[in-house]
Amino acid sequence: MGYTLIEKIVMKNTGLDNVESGSIVIVNADKLMVHDIFIPFVAQKFEEMGFKKIYDPNKMVLIYDHLVPTAKVEDVRHFKIAEEFCEKYGVKNIHRSDGICHQLMVEGGYVKPGDIVFGTDSHTTTYGAIGAFSTGIGYTEMAAVLGTGELWIKVPQTIKVNIDGKLPNGVTSKDVILRIIGDLKADGATYKALEFSGNCVENMSISSRMTMANMAIEAGAKSGLFVPDKKTAEYCNIDMKDLEYLQPDSDAKYERVLNYKAEDLEPVVAYPSQVDNIKTVKEVSGTKIDQVFIGSCTNGRLEDLEVAAEILKGKKISKYLKLIVTPASRKIYNEALDKGIIKVLAEAGAIITHPGCGLCCGRSGGIVSEGEKVLATNNRNFLGRMGSSKAEIYLCSPVVAAVSALTGEITNP
Amino acid sequence: MEQSRVWKFNNDIDTDQIIASQYLLLSSIEEMKKYTFESIHKDFSSNVIEGDVIVAGENFGCGSSREQAPRVLKELGIKAVVAKSFARIFYRNSINIGLPVVICEDLYDNISENDLIEIDFTNGIIKKDNKEFKSTKLPEHMQIILNSGGLIEYLNRKAE
Repeated sequence: MGYTLIEKIVMKNTGLDNVESGSIVIVNADKLMVHDIFIPFVAQKFEEMGFKKIYDPNKMVLIYDHLVPTAKVEDVRHFKIAEEFCEKYGVKNIHRSDGICHQLMVEGGYVKPGDIVFGTDSHTTTYGAIGAFSTGIGYTEMAAVLGTGELWIKVPQTIKVNIDGKLPNGVTSKDVILRIIGDLKADGATYKALEFSGNCVENMSISSRMTMANMAIEAGAKSGLFVPDKKTAEYCNIDMKDLEYLQPDSDAKYERVLNYKAEDLEPVVAYPSQVDNIKTVKEVSGTKIDQVFIGSCTNGRLEDLEVAAEILKGKKISKYLKLIVTPASRKIYNEALDKGIIKVLAEAGAIITHPGCGLCCGRSGGIVSEGEKVLATNNRNFLGRMGSSKAEIYLCSPVVAAVSALTGEITNP
Repeated sequence: MEQSRVWKFNNDIDTDQIIASQYLLLSSIEEMKKYTFESIHKDFSSNVIEGDVIVAGENFGCGSSREQAPRVLKELGIKAVVAKSFARIFYRNSINIGLPVVICEDLYDNISENDLIEIDFTNGIIKKDNKEFKSTKLPEHMQIILNSGGLIEYLNRKAE
Protein backbone atom coordinates (compact mmCIF):
# COMPACT_ATOMS: atom_id res chain seq x y z
CA MET A 1 0.00 0.00 0.00
CA GLY A 2 1.24 3.47 -0.86
CA TYR A 3 1.63 6.60 1.22
CA THR A 4 0.50 10.22 1.01
CA LEU A 5 2.91 13.14 1.23
CA ILE A 6 2.30 13.76 4.91
CA GLU A 7 2.73 10.07 5.73
CA LYS A 8 6.07 10.11 3.89
CA ILE A 9 7.17 13.14 5.92
CA VAL A 10 6.22 11.46 9.18
CA MET A 11 7.98 8.21 8.20
CA LYS A 12 11.19 10.05 7.34
CA ASN A 13 11.04 12.04 10.56
CA THR A 14 10.37 9.13 12.87
CA GLY A 15 12.34 6.45 11.05
CA LEU A 16 9.24 4.24 11.04
CA ASP A 17 8.90 2.15 7.89
CA ASN A 18 5.14 2.14 8.06
CA VAL A 19 2.59 4.62 9.40
CA GLU A 20 -1.16 4.62 9.32
CA SER A 21 -3.48 7.57 9.54
CA GLY A 22 -5.05 7.73 12.97
CA SER A 23 -2.08 6.29 14.80
CA ILE A 24 -0.26 8.42 17.32
CA VAL A 25 3.46 8.93 16.83
CA ILE A 26 6.13 11.04 18.45
CA VAL A 27 7.87 13.35 15.98
CA ASN A 28 11.00 15.46 16.23
CA ALA A 29 10.53 19.14 15.51
CA ASP A 30 12.85 20.45 12.79
CA LYS A 31 12.02 24.10 13.54
CA LEU A 32 9.93 25.92 16.11
CA MET A 33 8.50 29.35 15.47
CA VAL A 34 7.41 31.67 18.26
CA HIS A 35 6.08 35.17 17.66
CA ASP A 36 6.11 38.28 19.82
CA ILE A 37 2.52 38.13 21.01
CA PHE A 38 2.88 34.77 22.79
CA ILE A 39 6.55 34.77 23.86
CA PRO A 40 5.81 35.97 27.44
CA PHE A 41 3.48 32.99 27.93
CA VAL A 42 5.93 30.53 26.34
CA ALA A 43 8.76 31.85 28.52
CA GLN A 44 6.66 31.61 31.68
CA LYS A 45 5.53 28.05 30.96
CA PHE A 46 9.08 27.00 30.00
CA GLU A 47 10.29 28.16 33.42
CA GLU A 48 7.35 26.53 35.21
CA MET A 49 8.20 23.24 33.52
CA GLY A 50 11.64 23.46 35.05
CA PHE A 51 13.65 23.14 31.84
CA LYS A 52 17.24 24.33 32.12
CA LYS A 53 17.89 24.55 28.39
CA ILE A 54 16.27 24.49 24.98
CA TYR A 55 16.93 21.10 23.38
CA ASP A 56 18.51 22.86 20.40
CA PRO A 57 18.49 26.68 20.44
CA ASN A 58 19.22 26.79 16.69
CA LYS A 59 15.86 25.22 15.98
CA MET A 60 13.95 28.08 17.55
CA VAL A 61 13.07 31.16 15.49
CA LEU A 62 11.63 34.16 17.29
CA ILE A 63 9.85 36.77 15.20
CA TYR A 64 8.43 40.13 16.17
CA ASP A 65 5.52 40.86 13.86
CA HIS A 66 2.21 41.39 15.66
CA LEU A 67 3.55 44.33 17.67
CA VAL A 68 5.86 45.99 15.13
CA PRO A 69 6.05 48.90 15.47
CA THR A 70 4.46 49.08 18.90
CA ALA A 71 0.94 50.50 19.13
CA LYS A 72 0.61 50.60 22.93
CA VAL A 73 3.04 51.25 25.75
CA GLU A 74 2.50 47.76 27.16
CA ASP A 75 3.71 46.13 23.93
CA VAL A 76 7.35 46.70 24.84
CA ARG A 77 7.04 44.21 27.70
CA HIS A 78 6.87 41.43 25.10
CA PHE A 79 10.17 42.46 23.52
CA LYS A 80 11.90 42.73 26.89
CA ILE A 81 10.81 39.23 27.85
CA ALA A 82 11.81 37.94 24.40
CA GLU A 83 15.30 39.45 24.59
CA GLU A 84 15.88 38.05 28.08
CA PHE A 85 14.70 34.60 27.00
CA CYS A 86 16.96 34.57 23.93
CA GLU A 87 19.95 35.79 25.93
CA LYS A 88 19.43 33.23 28.68
CA TYR A 89 18.91 30.23 26.41
CA GLY A 90 21.17 31.14 23.50
CA VAL A 91 18.55 31.72 20.81
CA LYS A 92 20.21 33.42 17.84
CA ASN A 93 17.46 33.33 15.21
CA ILE A 94 15.57 36.49 16.04
CA HIS A 95 13.89 38.98 13.70
CA ARG A 96 12.92 42.29 15.22
CA SER A 97 11.37 44.12 12.26
CA ASP A 98 11.82 42.02 9.12
CA GLY A 99 8.24 41.06 8.45
CA ILE A 100 5.52 38.51 9.13
CA CYS A 101 6.63 35.24 10.73
CA HIS A 102 5.25 32.90 8.07
CA GLN A 103 6.80 34.83 5.23
CA LEU A 104 10.18 34.92 6.99
CA MET A 105 10.18 31.23 7.84
CA VAL A 106 9.94 30.32 4.15
CA GLU A 107 11.74 33.30 2.60
CA GLY A 108 14.59 33.06 5.11
CA GLY A 109 15.19 29.37 4.41
CA TYR A 110 14.36 28.23 7.95
CA VAL A 111 11.97 25.61 6.58
CA LYS A 112 12.87 22.94 4.03
CA PRO A 113 10.66 20.48 2.17
CA GLY A 114 9.96 17.41 4.31
CA ASP A 115 10.50 19.26 7.60
CA ILE A 116 8.13 19.08 10.53
CA VAL A 117 7.59 22.52 12.02
CA PHE A 118 5.42 23.84 14.82
CA GLY A 119 4.53 27.47 15.47
CA THR A 120 2.50 29.42 18.01
CA ASP A 121 0.25 30.68 15.24
CA SER A 122 -2.51 28.85 13.43
CA HIS A 123 -1.32 30.02 10.00
CA THR A 124 1.87 28.00 10.44
CA THR A 125 0.27 25.76 7.79
CA THR A 126 1.78 28.18 5.23
CA TYR A 127 5.02 26.14 4.96
CA GLY A 128 3.05 23.34 3.32
CA ALA A 129 3.62 25.39 0.14
CA ILE A 130 7.15 23.96 -0.03
CA GLY A 131 6.14 20.49 1.14
CA ALA A 132 6.72 20.83 4.88
CA PHE A 133 4.34 19.48 7.52
CA SER A 134 3.76 22.53 9.67
CA THR A 135 0.99 23.38 12.06
CA GLY A 136 -0.02 25.65 14.93
CA ILE A 137 0.13 24.72 18.61
CA GLY A 138 -0.62 26.49 21.88
CA TYR A 139 1.99 28.21 24.03
CA THR A 140 2.13 25.58 26.78
CA GLU A 141 2.77 22.90 24.21
CA MET A 142 5.41 25.10 22.56
CA ALA A 143 7.19 25.43 25.89
CA ALA A 144 7.18 21.64 26.22
CA VAL A 145 8.58 21.06 22.70
CA LEU A 146 11.29 23.66 23.24
CA GLY A 147 12.42 21.61 26.22
CA THR A 148 12.08 18.12 24.76
CA GLY A 149 12.28 18.54 20.98
CA GLU A 150 9.38 16.14 20.60
CA LEU A 151 5.64 16.24 20.19
CA TRP A 152 3.00 13.54 19.84
CA ILE A 153 0.79 13.86 16.82
CA LYS A 154 -2.00 11.90 15.31
CA VAL A 155 -1.08 11.01 11.72
CA PRO A 156 -3.84 12.75 9.77
CA GLN A 157 -5.92 11.35 6.95
CA THR A 158 -5.44 13.24 3.71
CA ILE A 159 -8.00 14.87 1.46
CA LYS A 160 -6.58 15.21 -2.03
CA VAL A 161 -7.63 18.36 -3.86
CA ASN A 162 -6.98 18.05 -7.54
CA ILE A 163 -7.17 21.18 -9.69
CA ASP A 164 -6.57 20.89 -13.41
CA GLY A 165 -6.63 23.46 -16.17
CA LYS A 166 -5.86 27.14 -16.55
CA LEU A 167 -7.36 29.79 -14.28
CA PRO A 168 -9.38 32.43 -16.15
CA ASN A 169 -8.00 36.00 -16.21
CA GLY A 170 -8.54 37.78 -12.91
CA VAL A 171 -8.83 34.54 -10.94
CA THR A 172 -6.01 33.83 -8.50
CA SER A 173 -4.96 31.12 -6.05
CA LYS A 174 -6.89 33.07 -3.39
CA ASP A 175 -10.14 32.49 -5.27
CA VAL A 176 -9.23 28.81 -5.55
CA ILE A 177 -8.64 28.31 -1.82
CA LEU A 178 -11.70 30.37 -0.85
CA ARG A 179 -13.84 28.19 -3.12
CA ILE A 180 -12.36 25.03 -1.57
CA ILE A 181 -13.04 26.32 1.97
CA GLY A 182 -16.58 27.22 0.95
CA ASP A 183 -17.10 23.65 -0.29
CA LEU A 184 -15.38 21.90 2.64
CA LYS A 185 -16.84 24.35 5.21
CA ALA A 186 -14.94 25.66 8.25
CA ASP A 187 -14.60 22.23 9.85
CA GLY A 188 -14.56 20.03 6.73
CA ALA A 189 -10.90 19.14 7.07
CA THR A 190 -10.56 19.12 10.86
CA TYR A 191 -7.76 16.78 11.93
CA LYS A 192 -6.95 16.13 8.27
CA ALA A 193 -4.29 17.19 5.81
CA LEU A 194 -5.03 18.71 2.43
CA GLU A 195 -2.78 17.68 -0.45
CA PHE A 196 -3.09 19.95 -3.47
CA SER A 197 -2.31 18.54 -6.89
CA GLY A 198 -3.08 18.89 -10.59
CA ASN A 199 -1.53 20.89 -13.41
CA CYS A 200 -3.17 24.12 -12.24
CA VAL A 201 -1.23 24.11 -8.97
CA GLU A 202 1.89 22.86 -10.74
CA ASN A 203 1.79 26.07 -12.74
CA MET A 204 1.43 28.23 -9.64
CA SER A 205 4.34 30.17 -8.15
CA ILE A 206 5.57 29.33 -4.65
CA SER A 207 3.94 32.59 -3.51
CA SER A 208 0.54 31.56 -4.86
CA ARG A 209 0.91 28.17 -3.21
CA MET A 210 1.70 29.90 0.10
CA THR A 211 -1.65 31.72 -0.14
CA MET A 212 -3.45 28.39 -0.35
CA ALA A 213 -1.42 26.53 2.30
CA ASN A 214 -1.86 29.52 4.61
CA MET A 215 -5.63 29.20 4.52
CA ALA A 216 -5.85 25.40 4.93
CA ILE A 217 -6.53 26.04 8.63
CA GLU A 218 -9.70 27.92 7.69
CA ALA A 219 -11.19 24.55 6.70
CA GLY A 220 -9.88 23.18 10.00
CA ALA A 221 -6.96 21.34 8.37
CA LYS A 222 -3.87 20.40 10.29
CA SER A 223 -1.76 20.99 7.24
CA GLY A 224 -2.11 22.01 3.58
CA LEU A 225 0.61 20.55 1.41
CA PHE A 226 1.99 20.85 -2.09
CA VAL A 227 4.15 18.09 -3.50
CA PRO A 228 7.68 19.48 -3.91
CA ASP A 229 8.58 19.93 -7.58
CA LYS A 230 11.23 21.70 -9.66
CA LYS A 231 9.93 25.10 -8.57
CA THR A 232 10.23 24.06 -4.92
CA ALA A 233 13.73 22.73 -5.49
CA GLU A 234 14.78 25.96 -7.15
CA TYR A 235 13.16 28.16 -4.50
CA CYS A 236 14.76 26.21 -1.66
CA ASN A 237 18.05 25.70 -3.47
CA ILE A 238 17.86 21.93 -3.17
CA ASP A 239 18.63 19.23 -5.71
CA MET A 240 15.41 17.72 -7.08
CA LYS A 241 16.90 14.27 -6.44
CA ASP A 242 16.78 14.95 -2.70
CA LEU A 243 13.05 15.59 -2.91
CA GLU A 244 12.11 12.37 -4.63
CA TYR A 245 11.29 10.61 -1.38
CA LEU A 246 8.49 13.16 -0.90
CA GLN A 247 6.51 12.13 -3.98
CA PRO A 248 3.23 10.52 -2.88
CA ASP A 249 2.65 6.98 -4.13
CA SER A 250 0.14 6.46 -6.92
CA ASP A 251 -1.70 3.95 -4.71
CA ALA A 252 -1.70 6.23 -1.62
CA LYS A 253 -4.86 6.07 0.44
CA TYR A 254 -6.87 9.30 0.53
CA GLU A 255 -9.88 9.96 2.69
CA ARG A 256 -11.48 11.46 -0.42
CA VAL A 257 -10.54 13.30 -3.58
CA LEU A 258 -12.03 16.64 -4.64
CA ASN A 259 -11.73 17.58 -8.28
CA TYR A 260 -11.88 21.10 -9.68
CA LYS A 261 -11.63 22.42 -13.21
CA ALA A 262 -9.73 25.71 -13.12
CA GLU A 263 -11.78 27.11 -16.00
CA ASP A 264 -14.94 26.84 -13.85
CA LEU A 265 -13.58 29.02 -11.06
CA GLU A 266 -14.36 32.71 -10.71
CA PRO A 267 -13.53 35.62 -8.39
CA VAL A 268 -15.15 35.15 -4.98
CA VAL A 269 -15.35 36.81 -1.57
CA ALA A 270 -15.75 35.38 1.92
CA TYR A 271 -18.81 37.20 3.19
CA PRO A 272 -18.91 38.50 6.80
CA SER A 273 -18.19 37.01 9.20
CA GLN A 274 -17.15 33.49 8.37
CA VAL A 275 -14.43 32.38 6.01
CA ASP A 276 -16.56 29.57 4.56
CA ASN A 277 -19.38 31.94 3.66
CA ILE A 278 -18.37 32.18 0.01
CA LYS A 279 -20.20 34.25 -2.59
CA THR A 280 -19.13 35.14 -6.11
CA VAL A 281 -17.97 38.72 -6.61
CA LYS A 282 -20.82 39.10 -9.10
CA GLU A 283 -23.35 38.32 -6.36
CA VAL A 284 -22.05 41.06 -4.04
CA SER A 285 -20.81 43.60 -6.58
CA GLY A 286 -21.95 47.11 -5.84
CA THR A 287 -21.48 46.75 -2.06
CA LYS A 288 -20.01 50.07 -0.88
CA ILE A 289 -16.73 49.78 1.02
CA ASP A 290 -14.82 52.14 3.32
CA GLN A 291 -11.43 50.51 3.30
CA VAL A 292 -9.36 48.11 1.23
CA PHE A 293 -6.45 46.14 2.69
CA ILE A 294 -3.80 44.42 0.60
CA GLY A 295 -1.31 42.55 2.75
CA SER A 296 -0.84 39.81 5.38
CA CYS A 297 0.81 36.38 5.34
CA THR A 298 -1.92 35.35 2.90
CA ASN A 299 -1.50 37.99 0.18
CA GLY A 300 1.26 40.47 0.97
CA ARG A 301 3.88 39.07 -1.38
CA LEU A 302 5.56 40.70 -4.37
CA GLU A 303 3.21 39.15 -6.96
CA ASP A 304 0.23 40.44 -4.96
CA LEU A 305 1.56 43.99 -4.82
CA GLU A 306 2.59 43.75 -8.46
CA VAL A 307 -0.85 42.75 -9.70
CA ALA A 308 -2.42 45.54 -7.63
CA ALA A 309 0.02 48.06 -9.10
CA GLU A 310 -0.78 46.95 -12.65
CA ILE A 311 -4.46 47.67 -12.00
CA LEU A 312 -3.88 50.96 -10.18
CA LYS A 313 -1.15 52.37 -12.42
CA GLY A 314 -1.87 55.95 -13.43
CA LYS A 315 -5.24 55.94 -11.66
CA LYS A 316 -6.63 57.26 -8.37
CA ILE A 317 -8.52 55.28 -5.78
CA SER A 318 -12.10 56.23 -4.93
CA LYS A 319 -12.37 59.54 -3.07
CA TYR A 320 -13.46 58.53 0.42
CA LEU A 321 -11.80 55.15 0.49
CA LYS A 322 -8.65 54.21 2.38
CA LEU A 323 -6.34 51.73 0.68
CA ILE A 324 -3.80 50.16 3.01
CA VAL A 325 -0.96 48.15 1.53
CA THR A 326 1.36 46.15 3.77
CA PRO A 327 4.24 44.18 2.23
CA ALA A 328 4.67 40.87 4.06
CA SER A 329 8.41 41.34 4.62
CA ARG A 330 11.23 43.84 4.42
CA LYS A 331 12.66 41.92 1.47
CA ILE A 332 9.37 42.21 -0.41
CA TYR A 333 9.18 45.90 0.51
CA ASN A 334 12.65 46.46 -0.95
CA GLU A 335 11.89 44.51 -4.12
CA ALA A 336 8.65 46.45 -4.56
CA LEU A 337 10.61 49.68 -4.17
CA ASP A 338 13.19 48.59 -6.75
CA LYS A 339 10.49 47.64 -9.23
CA GLY A 340 8.64 50.94 -8.81
CA ILE A 341 5.58 49.17 -7.43
CA ILE A 342 5.49 51.18 -4.22
CA LYS A 343 5.60 54.43 -6.21
CA VAL A 344 2.66 53.37 -8.39
CA LEU A 345 0.61 52.38 -5.34
CA ALA A 346 1.46 55.56 -3.44
CA GLU A 347 0.59 57.72 -6.42
CA ALA A 348 -2.75 55.98 -6.72
CA GLY A 349 -3.47 57.02 -3.13
CA ALA A 350 -2.43 53.97 -1.09
CA ILE A 351 -1.21 54.21 2.48
CA ILE A 352 1.86 51.98 2.60
CA THR A 353 2.52 50.52 6.03
CA HIS A 354 5.49 48.64 7.49
CA PRO A 355 5.75 44.86 7.08
CA GLY A 356 3.96 43.09 9.93
CA CYS A 357 0.64 41.71 11.13
CA GLY A 358 -0.78 45.10 12.24
CA LEU A 359 -4.20 45.42 10.66
CA CYS A 360 -4.91 41.74 10.08
CA CYS A 361 -4.62 41.01 13.79
CA GLY A 362 -6.51 44.17 14.75
CA ARG A 363 -3.55 45.81 16.50
CA SER A 364 -2.68 48.86 14.41
CA GLY A 365 -2.56 50.50 11.00
CA GLY A 366 -6.16 50.99 9.92
CA ILE A 367 -8.41 49.78 12.74
CA VAL A 368 -12.06 50.02 11.69
CA SER A 369 -15.08 51.21 13.64
CA GLU A 370 -18.78 50.44 13.85
CA GLY A 371 -20.60 50.22 10.54
CA GLU A 372 -17.50 50.28 8.35
CA LYS A 373 -17.01 47.76 5.55
CA VAL A 374 -13.58 46.44 4.67
CA LEU A 375 -12.51 44.48 1.62
CA ALA A 376 -9.31 42.66 2.55
CA THR A 377 -6.85 40.10 1.21
CA ASN A 378 -6.03 38.45 4.53
CA ASN A 379 -7.34 35.17 5.91
CA ARG A 380 -9.98 35.86 8.55
CA ASN A 381 -13.13 37.96 8.61
CA PHE A 382 -14.26 37.03 12.12
CA LEU A 383 -16.22 39.51 14.24
CA GLY A 384 -13.92 42.16 15.67
CA ARG A 385 -10.87 40.93 13.78
CA MET A 386 -9.83 44.41 12.60
CA GLY A 387 -11.30 46.52 15.36
CA SER A 388 -15.01 46.96 16.07
CA SER A 389 -17.11 43.80 16.15
CA LYS A 390 -19.73 45.85 14.31
CA ALA A 391 -17.53 46.30 11.23
CA GLU A 392 -17.89 43.94 8.28
CA ILE A 393 -14.92 42.24 6.64
CA TYR A 394 -15.04 40.73 3.15
CA LEU A 395 -12.07 38.59 2.08
CA CYS A 396 -10.86 38.56 -1.51
CA SER A 397 -7.88 38.35 -3.86
CA PRO A 398 -5.50 41.28 -4.51
CA VAL A 399 -7.07 41.62 -7.98
CA VAL A 400 -10.59 42.14 -6.62
CA ALA A 401 -9.17 44.41 -3.90
CA ALA A 402 -7.38 46.67 -6.38
CA VAL A 403 -10.24 46.88 -8.87
CA SER A 404 -12.67 47.69 -6.06
CA ALA A 405 -10.36 50.34 -4.60
CA LEU A 406 -10.87 52.31 -7.81
CA THR A 407 -14.66 52.20 -7.70
CA GLY A 408 -15.29 52.31 -3.93
CA GLU A 409 -17.53 49.27 -4.16
CA ILE A 410 -17.00 45.55 -4.57
CA THR A 411 -16.31 45.14 -8.27
CA ASN A 412 -15.89 42.15 -10.55
CA PRO A 413 -12.51 42.38 -12.31
CA MET B 1 -23.70 13.51 40.76
CA GLU B 2 -23.29 17.26 40.59
CA GLN B 3 -25.62 19.25 38.34
CA SER B 4 -24.17 21.89 36.05
CA ARG B 5 -25.87 24.84 34.46
CA VAL B 6 -25.68 25.10 30.65
CA TRP B 7 -24.57 28.03 28.53
CA LYS B 8 -25.51 27.34 24.93
CA PHE B 9 -23.51 28.49 21.89
CA ASN B 10 -24.06 27.66 18.21
CA ASN B 11 -21.76 26.38 15.43
CA ASP B 12 -18.33 27.71 14.47
CA ILE B 13 -17.62 29.72 17.61
CA ASP B 14 -14.14 31.06 16.81
CA THR B 15 -11.32 32.00 19.14
CA ASP B 16 -11.75 35.71 18.36
CA GLN B 17 -15.27 35.43 19.77
CA ILE B 18 -14.04 33.59 22.86
CA ILE B 19 -11.31 36.15 23.57
CA ALA B 20 -10.66 38.96 21.10
CA SER B 21 -7.09 39.64 20.02
CA GLN B 22 -6.92 43.11 21.57
CA TYR B 23 -7.08 41.53 25.04
CA LEU B 24 -4.29 39.01 24.48
CA LEU B 25 -1.71 41.51 25.63
CA LEU B 26 -3.18 41.91 29.08
CA SER B 27 -0.58 40.48 31.38
CA SER B 28 -2.67 37.72 32.98
CA ILE B 29 -5.55 35.37 32.26
CA GLU B 30 -7.17 36.81 35.39
CA GLU B 31 -7.39 40.21 33.68
CA MET B 32 -8.43 38.73 30.33
CA LYS B 33 -11.28 36.61 31.60
CA LYS B 34 -13.78 39.45 31.98
CA TYR B 35 -13.72 39.96 28.20
CA THR B 36 -14.70 36.36 27.43
CA PHE B 37 -17.36 36.17 24.67
CA GLU B 38 -17.55 39.97 24.76
CA SER B 39 -18.69 40.41 21.14
CA ILE B 40 -21.44 37.79 21.23
CA HIS B 41 -22.52 37.39 24.87
CA LYS B 42 -21.68 40.49 26.88
CA ASP B 43 -23.07 39.23 30.20
CA PHE B 44 -21.29 35.91 30.11
CA SER B 45 -18.27 36.68 32.26
CA SER B 46 -20.23 38.49 34.96
CA ASN B 47 -22.88 35.79 35.26
CA VAL B 48 -20.96 32.57 34.81
CA ILE B 49 -20.36 30.61 38.00
CA GLU B 50 -17.91 27.90 38.95
CA GLY B 51 -19.12 24.54 37.67
CA ASP B 52 -21.15 25.83 34.70
CA VAL B 53 -20.72 24.07 31.38
CA ILE B 54 -20.73 25.20 27.76
CA VAL B 55 -22.75 23.24 25.22
CA ALA B 56 -22.00 24.12 21.62
CA GLY B 57 -22.59 23.00 18.06
CA GLU B 58 -19.95 22.09 15.52
CA ASN B 59 -16.36 23.27 15.22
CA PHE B 60 -16.10 24.98 18.62
CA GLY B 61 -12.88 26.98 19.02
CA CYS B 62 -11.97 27.35 15.35
CA GLY B 63 -9.47 29.99 14.25
CA SER B 64 -6.32 30.99 16.00
CA SER B 65 -3.91 28.91 18.07
CA ARG B 66 -4.43 31.19 21.08
CA GLU B 67 -4.36 29.08 24.20
CA GLN B 68 -5.90 31.98 26.06
CA ALA B 69 -9.27 30.82 24.67
CA PRO B 70 -9.55 27.62 26.73
CA ARG B 71 -7.65 29.30 29.58
CA VAL B 72 -10.20 32.10 30.13
CA LEU B 73 -12.98 29.49 30.17
CA LYS B 74 -11.11 27.43 32.75
CA GLU B 75 -10.28 30.54 34.79
CA LEU B 76 -14.00 31.48 34.86
CA GLY B 77 -14.74 28.08 36.38
CA ILE B 78 -16.20 26.35 33.33
CA LYS B 79 -16.27 22.69 34.23
CA ALA B 80 -16.41 21.32 30.70
CA VAL B 81 -17.18 22.17 27.10
CA VAL B 82 -19.53 19.73 25.38
CA ALA B 83 -19.73 20.21 21.62
CA LYS B 84 -20.80 18.34 18.51
CA SER B 85 -17.21 18.80 17.34
CA PHE B 86 -14.11 20.85 18.15
CA ALA B 87 -11.45 22.61 16.11
CA ARG B 88 -8.19 20.72 16.43
CA ILE B 89 -5.89 23.27 18.10
CA PHE B 90 -8.53 24.31 20.64
CA TYR B 91 -9.13 20.67 21.53
CA ARG B 92 -5.43 19.97 22.01
CA ASN B 93 -4.87 23.16 24.01
CA SER B 94 -7.79 22.30 26.28
CA ILE B 95 -6.33 18.93 27.15
CA ASN B 96 -2.94 20.48 27.77
CA ILE B 97 -4.29 23.04 30.21
CA GLY B 98 -6.71 20.65 31.91
CA LEU B 99 -10.06 21.86 30.57
CA PRO B 100 -12.31 18.84 29.93
CA VAL B 101 -13.65 18.78 26.37
CA VAL B 102 -16.25 16.20 25.43
CA ILE B 103 -17.86 15.42 22.10
CA CYS B 104 -21.57 14.66 22.21
CA GLU B 105 -23.55 14.57 18.99
CA ASP B 106 -27.09 14.58 20.41
CA LEU B 107 -27.09 16.82 23.46
CA TYR B 108 -27.06 20.11 21.57
CA ASP B 109 -30.44 19.65 19.90
CA ASN B 110 -32.07 18.56 23.15
CA ILE B 111 -30.94 21.33 25.44
CA SER B 112 -31.59 24.99 26.19
CA GLU B 113 -29.60 27.63 27.99
CA ASN B 114 -29.85 27.34 31.80
CA ASP B 115 -30.85 23.65 31.70
CA LEU B 116 -29.10 21.46 34.25
CA ILE B 117 -27.03 18.45 33.22
CA GLU B 118 -24.78 15.86 34.81
CA ILE B 119 -21.56 14.76 33.11
CA ASP B 120 -19.95 11.40 33.81
CA PHE B 121 -16.50 11.80 32.24
CA THR B 122 -15.29 8.30 33.05
CA ASN B 123 -18.17 6.49 31.42
CA GLY B 124 -18.97 9.04 28.71
CA ILE B 125 -22.56 9.71 29.73
CA ILE B 126 -24.39 13.04 30.00
CA LYS B 127 -27.72 13.13 31.83
CA LYS B 128 -30.50 15.66 31.48
CA ASP B 129 -33.58 14.94 33.62
CA ASN B 130 -34.15 11.24 32.90
CA LYS B 131 -32.55 11.23 29.49
CA GLU B 132 -29.04 9.96 28.84
CA PHE B 133 -26.74 11.02 26.03
CA LYS B 134 -23.60 9.24 24.98
CA SER B 135 -20.46 11.32 24.84
CA THR B 136 -16.82 10.55 24.13
CA LYS B 137 -14.53 9.32 26.81
CA LEU B 138 -11.07 10.77 26.60
CA PRO B 139 -8.21 8.59 25.28
CA GLU B 140 -6.24 7.24 28.21
CA HIS B 141 -3.09 9.33 27.83
CA MET B 142 -5.21 12.47 27.54
CA GLN B 143 -7.12 11.45 30.65
CA ILE B 144 -3.80 11.14 32.48
CA ILE B 145 -2.80 14.65 31.41
CA LEU B 146 -6.24 15.97 32.39
CA ASN B 147 -6.28 14.16 35.72
CA SER B 148 -2.84 15.58 36.50
CA GLY B 149 -4.33 19.05 35.99
CA GLY B 150 -2.68 19.78 32.66
CA LEU B 151 0.54 19.26 30.74
CA ILE B 152 2.83 21.12 33.14
CA GLU B 153 1.64 19.19 36.15
CA TYR B 154 1.91 16.00 34.11
CA LEU B 155 5.52 16.74 33.06
CA ASN B 156 6.42 17.73 36.62
CA ARG B 157 4.95 14.53 37.98
CA LYS B 158 6.77 12.48 35.38
CA ALA B 159 10.04 14.17 36.34
CA GLU B 160 9.60 13.39 40.03
